[in-house]
Amino acid sequence: MDIATLRPVINKRWSSAVLLGLLAATTLAGPVPASADDKAEPIAEPPRVQLVLDVSGSMRATDIDGRSRISVAQQAFGEVVDALPDETQLGIRVLGATYQGKDKKQGCLDTQQIVPVGAVDRAKAKAAVATLRPTGFTPVGLALREAARDLGAGATARRIVLITDGEDTCAPPDPCQVARELAAQGTTLVVDTLGLAPDEKVRRQLLCIAAATGGTYTAAQSAEDLTDRLKQLVERARDTYTTTPAKVDGTDACQDAPLLAPGVYTDRESFSEHRWYRVPVRPGQELRASVSMALDRPIKPDHGVLLRATAADGRELVRGVDAGSGRTDVVSAGLRWSATEDSDDAERDEDATPTPTASSTSAVTTVCLVVSNMFSPAAGTAADPGMPVELTVDVVAASPAPDGPDLGRGWVLLLLLTLAGLLTGLVTGLLTRWWVATWRN
Amino acid sequence: MRTLSATAAALLAAGVALAPATALAAPTPTPSPGATTVTKAGTTFLGATPLAAGQPVRVSASTGEYLYWAFPAAAGEIHEITATVALAQNRSGRSTWTVEVFDGLRRRQACTAGAQTPTADASARSVAIGCTLRRVRPWAEPWSADPLPGTYYVRLTVVEIPEPDLGLPIDVDLLVSTTGDADTSSDDGRLEAALVPPANAGTVLDTEPTVAPEAEEESGWNLSLTGWLPEAGSRWIWTTAGGVLAAVAGVVGFALTRRPSTRRVAG
Repeated sequence: MDIATLRPVINKRWSSAVLLGLLAATTLAGPVPASADDKAEPIAEPPRVQLVLDVSGSMRATDIDGRSRISVAQQAFGEVVDALPDETQLGIRVLGATYQGKDKKQGCLDTQQIVPVGAVDRAKAKAAVATLRPTGFTPVGLALREAARDLGAGATARRIVLITDGEDTCAPPDPCQVARELAAQGTTLVVDTLGLAPDEKVRRQLLCIAAATGGTYTAAQSAEDLTDRLKQLVERARDTYTTTPAKVDGTDACQDAPLLAPGVYTDRESFSEHRWYRVPVRPGQELRASVSMALDRPIKPDHGVLLRATAADGRELVRGVDAGSGRTDVVSAGLRWSATEDSDDAERDEDATPTPTASSTSAVTTVCLVVSNMFSPAAGTAADPGMPVELTVDVVAASPAPDGPDLGRGWVLLLLLTLAGLLTGLVTGLLTRWWVATWRN
Repeated sequence: MRTLSATAAALLAAGVALAPATALAAPTPTPSPGATTVTKAGTTFLGATPLAAGQPVRVSASTGEYLYWAFPAAAGEIHEITATVALAQNRSGRSTWTVEVFDGLRRRQACTAGAQTPTADASARSVAIGCTLRRVRPWAEPWSADPLPGTYYVRLTVVEIPEPDLGLPIDVDLLVSTTGDADTSSDDGRLEAALVPPANAGTVLDTEPTVAPEAEEESGWNLSLTGWLPEAGSRWIWTTAGGVLAAVAGVVGFALTRRPSTRRVAG
């Protein structure tokens, strides 16, 4: 081996050592900065929130700390507007604020946007809220639909905060159904609901709206509760809005399923439906996939979700499954899979492709992913639109299995080697003695 | 951009790796000194609020909300999650609370100890929840469900409750503490990429990608040489020390047998 061949060896050793060190360092400190970067980077749009306030006749009732519901709501709105983060775009829509007549048809169209979604003029917004007087009907469904339109489409999640004290008096449209439709329209829309001194019917309705969109429900019993919660929700809109996952339509078979690159996707899947996707995986790469299915409607208590990865010919490679019982928001499962170096998958693919030109492409294994659910609808639950599915796909470098160690470690090893050395020394010594003795004679 | 941030992370990590984590091995979970309190919680996996181990969480919420936090874990660590939920007054019945932990692939993680799903009576003021996770492995087969380094998600919620009690205000205190040392041997393997899920929106590909024919390595010799030698590590030292000891012991053993003969020669 001459110097010319030695040098690359040294360089290679050094660079690989440096690379290994870097890799180790990134795996050690990877999680926090990586996820923070991913979340912070691509967002250019400001967070958008729309407050929807019920100003129907029932808001006159004086049952919150001895004050009327509307005055409590007005005070809370004032404080929220004052504490509003600068970058947050806020709009305010009211329902049942103007129509004083008795005609239900007319009263159920009564909803206006009093502050358009955008950078907030604090004084103006507070003045607009302060002049509200409880008046008419409660067209919650219509107001939600309009609020979603006010917020517009965008790449980020948008939030509606609905504050009401009475159930919808204008169904149809059923507000819960409206919420489900809005959530299914593709862009992420979350409706948080706040009930002012709610009764059973209101609570049911608000819980249903919140569950349908992945929002929350709060029962406000005091002015302080309401203010704190409103502030928290507006702040949460700023903190938790992220880029919306890409929308994808899974198919019912693997052959024509969409090919997915690493990233987050959303889809909808109905009861006992299967959705297929495909992910190309190169040799030496590892496929990672996870799926979450949201329970956005009343279903029977037991539920489960199954994510399977299969080869193109239908052989199962690996599965991820989770099941549960009772109250939950999403059921999730995940899996990892990597082709081993000398796996027969690639070879088999190669055999299957008759054209010699395809030999370079056959090294890419296309893995099929299928998502299925074990949900059963409760009586009267609609199957359409399907339940939200969130699919995360990642393809990373595969982690090879560790080899057995070539060297040893530990006190037992030292003891063994010492004893072996001692024994060898003794035997050599005895042999030498015997040899010297015989030689002398 | 990704590589840039990765190198930045690597540079950072060099500093971090040198300074041993001081918050380790606390017998009872206590917040690390100087850690800022987190006052937020996410409501989805994607929006989970990031935490560091030892950072206390204090957040007010509504009964029935699903609260998400995410924390990073490294190989060799054992995490313990303790939470206390201060409940609202005037509740109508018993409620059962739970803290569930998922790894970066949203796979459910088992608790080895702790009251994961305690039940509070209607009169209880608060409920304590706990969960100790398994030790994080440095490597595991793709088909196994062993805990691996990466992001972990914590979800706290109420699982059984009378419907009228939903929406009532609660206060949640939560702490993720790390116990156990991060000392793992490289012989146990290493995960090439931590289980950190991507957060970017995906793109649907039009055509199947093809593998670019990779540039052939210059020669097999260089590779096999680096492949043959075990990686640098403590095993080299142990084995070398063993060899030295064996040599010394051999000389001692040899001398033990020689001495009587020399005495005889002298006599």
